[in-house]
Amino acid sequence: MGMYIARRLFWLPALLFAVSLITFYLFRVAPGDPVTVMLGAKARPEAAERLRHELGLDRPFWVQYFDYVFSFARGDFGESLRYPGQSVKDLIIPKMWVSAQLSFVALAISVIFGLPLGFYVAHKQGYAIDPIIIIAALSLMAILPMISVPTLLWIFCLKLGWLPCSGWGGLWDTRIIIPAITLGTPGIAFFVRLMRASTLDVLGQDFVRTAKSKGLGVFTIDARHVLRNAIIPIVTILAFSLAGLIGGALITERILGIPGIGYFAVESVFQRDFPVLMAITMIAATFFVIGTLLADICYTLIDPRIRYN
Amino acid sequence: MTLDQIELNEDKPRGHFSRALSRLFRKKIAVFCLVVIIVIYSLGVFSPVISRYSYSEPDYQAIRQPPSWEHWAGTDRAGRDLFTRVHWAVQNTVILTMIGMLSGGLLLGVTLGLAAGYYGKVVDALIMRSGEVLSVVPTFFLVLMIAATLRGRIKNGMIWLEDNTFLSGLISAGVADYLVISFALVVFGWFSTARLVRGQVLFLRESPYVEAARALGASTPRILFRHILPNAISPLIVSVTMSMGTMVGVEIFLSWVGVGIQPPRPSLGIMLYEAGHVSVLRNEPWMILAPGIVSWLLIFCWSLLGDALNDVFNPRTQ
Repeated sequence: MGMYIARRLFWLPALLFAVSLITFYLFRVAPGDPVTVMLGAKARPEAAERLRHELGLDRPFWVQYFDYVFSFARGDFGESLRYPGQSVKDLIIPKMWVSAQLSFVALAISVIFGLPLGFYVAHKQGYAIDPIIIIAALSLMAILPMISVPTLLWIFCLKLGWLPCSGWGGLWDTRIIIPAITLGTPGIAFFVRLMRASTLDVLGQDFVRTAKSKGLGVFTIDARHVLRNAIIPIVTILAFSLAGLIGGALITERILGIPGIGYFAVESVFQRDFPVLMAITMIAATFFVIGTLLADICYTLIDPRIRYN
Repeated sequence: MTLDQIELNEDKPRGHFSRALSRLFRKKIAVFCLVVIIVIYSLGVFSPVISRYSYSEPDYQAIRQPPSWEHWAGTDRAGRDLFTRVHWAVQNTVILTMIGMLSGGLLLGVTLGLAAGYYGKVVDALIMRSGEVLSVVPTFFLVLMIAATLRGRIKNGMIWLEDNTFLSGLISAGVADYLVISFALVVFGWFSTARLVRGQVLFLRESPYVEAARALGASTPRILFRHILPNAISPLIVSVTMSMGTMVGVEIFLSWVGVGIQPPRPSLGIMLYEAGHVSVLRNEPWMILAPGIVSWLLIFCWSLLGDALNDVFNPRTQ
């Protein structure tokens, strides 16, 4: 196990190196010069040339790349091209915080509704309510944010007038409700199915039959024996979803004008803001790799039969 | 007597697929989904035949009409019939999901998966590691970066082709858009298939019947395509079906952001984008109905169908 974790940790820098190279290359070959974007198409060629030299964009590809890698390793993400003088770090951290708050509320919604529903449905196998809830859950999962956000806006903002139509005011503001519902709903479906499968697995075990034959009450069996065992795999998945929290929600953020990291990422793609894009890609990749590793480790802790080699 | 003849001479029991199909048709919800998908896809395929209006020509006699017998889904601010625009949009979805499935899902994914599983060592490491690198970047972000950075290159390539060869009208026909989106679909789509096929190959390669085939002197391609691939086909069908919904979603996402299909050609993503503004919601709320319902049905039905196929092919997992 120690060997396995060590190998995975060794693999992390290599993976990040490859991801950075691909991203860097993609944006170097991409048409759409950042200098043109910054100065506008009508800029004098000399001015563009000077700016390009100042930014170091006229150096050979490999020089630029390794320069970037070395400063990245020192924790310096560079300066934004779009907002000159501002360091990428200062630009993205507040935006990641916004996205993290939003994702956290969304995750809470998914868990609070998803787990009890899944647990309930698992006890109703063979009744009509089981497939109905599962299909309803899948149908919620299939709604894209491009559809659900406008629909919620139409109901709660235009028709009922209960909520403001856009903007962001932090965790305790009413404007978080629409995006949180949008992002949380597909998660409800996810957790219902997960919890159902996990509970069904436990319900079929011998110790549950033993508990029943001992004459224990339904509530005791559920609370003491079933729930505790069924929740274990879910906890690992939860740990895994926490890694996804900083990913942001680019569509929802863009429609509702929320200053999160997802919206910012899309903007940076169009404005060819390489340093910002590189930083976002690298951070997302790092979180992803560490999240996967944590989930793998959790699995082995819970189920010692799993061995990685 | 060769192996093929032995197989033919047997009394044929009902095959794996015919049993699976009959199980599938017993599931009402799967049949419903299949029908919905077929209906929507035929709407797209037969667009030139069924369209009563133009998808791009404005009609100022009929602007901003709510759904009626004349215009089933209403009209937009330029008087264009929304039902017409939706079924032309579905045509794009049909073309792109098919390209994505055949090229990324099947051709590339299966080939690379077979190669990785059968040859192992360097080939395996090379293929799987590059797949891992791609899968580390969040899907939508990866797809967006690829589409946004390639768009200009592909467009320049098309202009060069139009200028230098007898081909013309490539850009107006939207070929460049198709290429951009398909490329994005392929890049993100091949790895899950490849990983699946590789796993199957690794598992089947050690099985006695493959050893027997090898002992009889079967060539590597014969073992791969005749003995291993047919046994790996049912999980492949399930995974490809499940990925179809995601591909529909990716096309919508790219067009919505503005790097996919370009106006005036309609796409579900563009229509959802146009309908999603607050001012449009206030004044023409019906505009979101048709594209919303169609894209929801497509994604929902593909995922349900995938689920049903999974149950049908692996009866043990419930």
